[in-house]
Amino acid sequence: MSDATAPLTAAGVDRTRIRRGRAFHAFLLFSVAIGFVLLITLLVDVAIDGIPQLTWHFLTSAPSTLPERAGLRVAILGSIFLGLLLIAFTVPIGVATAIYLEEYANRERWYNKALEVNIQNLAAVPSIVYGILGLAFLVRGLEMGRVLLAGALILTLLVLPTVIVASREAIRAVPDGIRQGSLALGATQWQTIWRQVLPAAIPGIATGSILALARAIGETAPLLLVGALTFVSFNPTLLGPFTAIPIQIFQWVSRPQAEFKLLAAGAIIVLLIILLAMNSFAVWLRNRHTREY
Amino acid sequence: MRHRLSRKLLLFVLAAIGIAVLAAGCGGGDGEEGTPAPAPAPADPGASPPPSAPAPADLSGRIEADGSSTVGPLTTLAAEEFQALHSDVQITVGISGSGGGFERFCRGETDLSNASRPIKDSEVEECQANGIDFVEFRVVTDALTVVVNPENDFVDCLTLAQLNTIWAPESEGMITNWNQVDPSFPDLELSLAGPGTDSGTFDYFTDEVNGDEGASRADYQASEDDNVIVQAVQGDRGGTGYFGFSYFAENPTAVKALEIDGGSGCVAPSVEAALAGDYSPLSRPLFVYAKVESFTRPEVREFIRFYLNNTQTLAETALYVPLSAEQQADAIASFEAALATPG
Repeated sequence: MSDATAPLTAAGVDRTRIRRGRAFHAFLLFSVAIGFVLLITLLVDVAIDGIPQLTWHFLTSAPSTLPERAGLRVAILGSIFLGLLLIAFTVPIGVATAIYLEEYANRERWYNKALEVNIQNLAAVPSIVYGILGLAFLVRGLEMGRVLLAGALILTLLVLPTVIVASREAIRAVPDGIRQGSLALGATQWQTIWRQVLPAAIPGIATGSILALARAIGETAPLLLVGALTFVSFNPTLLGPFTAIPIQIFQWVSRPQAEFKLLAAGAIIVLLIILLAMNSFAVWLRNRHTREY
Repeated sequence: MRHRLSRKLLLFVLAAIGIAVLAAGCGGGDGEEGTPAPAPAPADPGASPPPSAPAPADLSGRIEADGSSTVGPLTTLAAEEFQALHSDVQITVGISGSGGGFERFCRGETDLSNASRPIKDSEVEECQANGIDFVEFRVVTDALTVVVNPENDFVDCLTLAQLNTIWAPESEGMITNWNQVDPSFPDLELSLAGPGTDSGTFDYFTDEVNGDEGASRADYQASEDDNVIVQAVQGDRGGTGYFGFSYFAENPTAVKALEIDGGSGCVAPSVEAALAGDYSPLSRPLFVYAKVESFTRPEVREFIRFYLNNTQTLAETALYVPLSAEQQADAIASFEAALATPG
């Protein structure tokens, strides 16, 4: 009896530990599975409805009251224009701010500290608040009207903190030895930044910017407030009315005809493809240009 | 170092100011562009607009409409058909709701305002305060439809009094079961869905059923999106809700429409009943309001003329209840009268 119990207990202890280990492993897998299964379900559901919609007619036609006529062209162009303007606005301002904060700012000064706290807080402001700001300040205050430029400026404000934070991380990751070496060879601070620090930081900056852009392209709420929820059947211009893909999806989903829900699924796929393409480009850029020191 | 830094700072500040000035310039530029856009064809102020002026072939310019999501699809269809004829005219149609549309309209931001209810006195004052003169056109009729779950087999018709029992403000928290609406109904929990307070449909329904515009119980699932109401009613055996006729026409099997007894027997919502005026009191006119000042622009004149002349075909295509020939003639007459008024 006693002979039998001793090894059993030893094995028992062992087994509990193994069981715990396995349970924990199972829990981790379960956690992964929740997100994965949900995502796959959504994708499959959207793909079943949406893929048959992806015709040339759908991609090149203007929106319409009648589902058989409706297409996504104006919204696609709107999203692309928004994206281009967004890059033109955010990258220079964001990178310049990051350079100032990382390379020039004296962190002991109160105004630099205030700046830093502010930027971090701005990154957490809900996007609808930026929309209200846009409506009050740009659309009505500056009498810009409900135009593409107003939408682009609001999205710029929305993602600027993200771009600044990402660019700062990238600049900070450049080893100090590079700066010291450059300065020791007689380069000015600006030459050091322009010729050494920035080129080394480009992959990080680009990745951050593209991810921020991807977020902005998917935004709906702030654009609703600056008037993108509109039937527009002509191509957008800088100072003209506009719509964007997420807004078009939102509008189609609220229409009574079942056909519009299918069109919305098609639009979701187009949006997903654009976002995936942008994210893959960011990954490729990072892998291609990363330097090892 | 310090010197260099302050120079950079200076440059940065200058750049920032430059951007600000640029933005302001763009804003101002657009504002100027927005008001007197189509200068080439100033209508003669001489009060002799020929009623059947031939449509100029080379219309251009931008027309802005906003307002009710119930009327929006109809105006959108009119805009599409009109733009097919005049490709240089750009028409935008927003869907901010009747109230939101009037808010923009009375600020002078839009040329046309879609509305699923007549303009309120407060909104008229707002328009007057901003010097906006407007004309009201009835463009189409709607049969406000009360629906229940398709499995609901105990009710086919409700009287106005019963509807009031269901929706009255006093019923909040009190009337929660179908058997409280009528003793002959089974013991089944009542579950309500309807449009939110920004909606013209809500205003009209509460006015007709509860006797006071905006008076409604608040413990129901409110949504500006009529699809949400359809889904709520579809998903609950005791569900009931109300919305515009075209939503029912598009989803005829998802929900069951009730006949309404407005005092002279049960009438089912239908195009014919609404057109004949039998579906009372829940059939209602839908409107487009136009800014008189915009009539000086030929593209706006022609668009409204096109809209009113074709309202019956448009209504049939977009599943609305068309105007009767008489109502259409009235609308056209009030448009021509407004054109004849100088100013």
